[in-house]
Amino acid sequence: MKKLILTTALLALAAGTAAAQQTVRMGTEGAYPPYNFINDKGEVDGYERELGDELCKRANLTCTWVKNEWDSIIPNLQSGNYDTIMAGMSITEEREEVIDFTQNYIPPLASAYAAISPDADIEGGVVAAQTGTIQASHVAESGATLLEFATGEETVAAVRNGEADAVFADKDFLVPFVNESNGEFTFVGEDVPLGGGVGMGVRKSDTELKEKFNAAIQSMKDDGTINAMIRKWFGDEIQTF
Amino acid sequence: MFASCADPKSLEGLSWLLCYLTSGSHIAFYWSFVTVLVLLAVTAPVALAFGFAGAVAARSHLWPVSVAGKTYTAMVRGIPDIVFFLFFVIALDQGIEWVTHQIRCPDWTEPVRQGLEFRVCPSAKVPPGNAAQIWHQIYGFGLAVVTFAIVFGAFVSNVLTGAMNAVPRAQLETAESYGMTQGQVFRRILVPQMWIYALPGLSNLWMILIKATPLLFLLGVQDIVYWARELGGTKTSLYAYPHPDWRLYYFLALLVFYLGMTRLSEIVLGRLTRRLSFGQATAAGEAQRKAAA
Amino acid sequence: MSCIETIADYGLRSLGMGERLLPRSDFTLCQQFTLIGSGMIWNIYFGVLALAAGFFLANALAMAKAAPSPVVRKPAEWFIFLFRGSPLFIQFFLAYEALVLLPRAGIDIFGLTVETGWLTRAWAGALIVLFLNTAAYSAEIFHGALMAIPKGDLEAADAYGLSGWKKFRRIQWPTMLRLAWPAYTNEAIFLFHATTLVFFSGFPAFQQRGDALYYAKYFADKTFNPFVPYPIVAFYFICLTLLVIWLFGLMNRRLNRHVPAARRPRLRVRPQIIR
Repeated sequence: MKKLILTTALLALAAGTAAAQQTVRMGTEGAYPPYNFINDKGEVDGYERELGDELCKRANLTCTWVKNEWDSIIPNLQSGNYDTIMAGMSITEEREEVIDFTQNYIPPLASAYAAISPDADIEGGVVAAQTGTIQASHVAESGATLLEFATGEETVAAVRNGEADAVFADKDFLVPFVNESNGEFTFVGEDVPLGGGVGMGVRKSDTELKEKFNAAIQSMKDDGTINAMIRKWFGDEIQTF
Repeated sequence: MFASCADPKSLEGLSWLLCYLTSGSHIAFYWSFVTVLVLLAVTAPVALAFGFAGAVAARSHLWPVSVAGKTYTAMVRGIPDIVFFLFFVIALDQGIEWVTHQIRCPDWTEPVRQGLEFRVCPSAKVPPGNAAQIWHQIYGFGLAVVTFAIVFGAFVSNVLTGAMNAVPRAQLETAESYGMTQGQVFRRILVPQMWIYALPGLSNLWMILIKATPLLFLLGVQDIVYWARELGGTKTSLYAYPHPDWRLYYFLALLVFYLGMTRLSEIVLGRLTRRLSFGQATAAGEAQRKAAA
Repeated sequence: MSCIETIADYGLRSLGMGERLLPRSDFTLCQQFTLIGSGMIWNIYFGVLALAAGFFLANALAMAKAAPSPVVRKPAEWFIFLFRGSPLFIQFFLAYEALVLLPRAGIDIFGLTVETGWLTRAWAGALIVLFLNTAAYSAEIFHGALMAIPKGDLEAADAYGLSGWKKFRRIQWPTMLRLAWPAYTNEAIFLFHATTLVFFSGFPAFQQRGDALYYAKYFADKTFNPFVPYPIVAFYFICLTLLVIWLFGLMNRRLNRHVPAARRPRLRVRPQIIR
């Protein structure tokens, strides 16, 4: 019993000294450039890093970044291992049933098919997509044969080695691959609009935090800084607010 | 790391490679090898303790204790470790926070579970929400150690139960005839004598433990597999060091690392077996006696 | 939708039969049990075939490892070391990476075109890895048993004038199998556990046909609740483990039927050596 009291006292002490300013922990995947990735210094980098830091500054919050596997990113938010998700997560109805989103910080975006052969069969052939993304659900419904991989990287590799006819992913994710492949990859078919844009995920009970970030995003939309930032990371062709 | 690496795009050939291999993310990759080794070093004794407790419990004369000990070992044996890793860590994490919540926020009225959300009072967060990142990492690492130890403790418990039964009955009877109590027999004879019988099984477990570490990334620890995947993947010009898909080379490096670890363990454990066999009533001990005579 | 309908729709989904789209909303326990159970077909497929084929290679390897000639012994030792010394997780990854390097159009051998595309599919590629893997582990077990055959048995064989193949077939091999059986049972259990790794590293799921863990992940991903699907997988695997122990126990009885009843060893469920 004595020990228990001692531990509790110690814990209380630790909490007391640090409670002065709450840190907001930002969860991200760190494997989805240019949204978020681990740069060569080993830190989280990308559009969402820069945006998130700016949002925290405007909302007067101290923020730290946490990496988490995509697969368990929502359960870990709910069990409180971090407070927000900024991981290129599209706002969908399914997800809105379990978590809340702030207003979007990237407009509803196009997903696209990329392939090596320009006449790849995207409706009846084999299409690679990342497991658990809206693109995977879309391919499953489209009639094409879905081939699922754990990371975005592997989906592109699957097309390169001929395993799949095409890859279906966020267009912004594919653009650098296509542009830098020296003509190996091309976009095939029409772009497909999916989801309601990318937003920041928060727990349903964290309404206060959500409002703070909503206001910060709004202020960045109002003064146009968000558009400049989107262009910086995604190029000039991308749709802005 | 080196001053000449300031502008990676201008480098070529060997100097590019040197700078590439010493970039910040690669240093993190090298540290993750240390993480894995530390995890092995910490988990092994903890798992041994869990297993010992399990084996002693299974031998207990009190049936609830012995049933608990046996269920623990049987359950973990029946379930693939990967399934265990996938949900157990979140459960353990929530369990710890639930307990601190009960202790520290008795007046909290809102339910802890709101739908799928798990919400404890802020002061019950472990570690506290505003703690430095390093504490979160240490805590995550600690959870991984406990999860590994629980799974491997069950196997250790299997091995130790067998080893305890393998100690010649005559040795224990001799001790009893010297007037030792049950506790004394256990401490002075059974436990010291059982190790040689347990060693083959324990060596085998150590090898399995080494080979289970690639699953660490499931537990949220950034281990060597995480970094090999991350660093090996295609790097577009967004990165300082662009390169095509190099995952194959990174995984080959991991293969070499694991084979080296296995070989090293085999040599060390072989020596240990010879040491422990000395003077034992086993075939190996007998062979040593004959060789010396 | 009643549970019977769900079973009719999804019971064989992992083989590509029945409903094409996986359930997308209003997930029921019945759906989770059915689909995860359907995925178990693959776990059983991989486990049974790898064990059956691996058994023969393991015997050959164990014999090769016991051979006096280093030309035969060394390759066997290296093979066993390679597969026992590295994690299966990494073996799967490397195997997949190596198999996709094979030319897509097929290889020409004496004018015959040999198709290679199917090798990158999990049903073939992963099976090969599991087969080689279990062969290496079992070979080590069999080799240990071969070394542990009582001297008296071999002397008795000599006394009866048995030698060469006959001695091996009638005395050594049955005794080896009898001694190795408890450890081999364990190997079988852990091989079934290892089949859950197939879709976890390297090999992609084709048309959402996956194993039990693949579907459990699908549900955990859709319902955002890991506490239901994973325990269902655990439940199925406990049943499978019990089944394996029972079947191997029957075989154990057969192997030991000539031993006097009092000394006949029961299949020990606590073998010392696991994978």
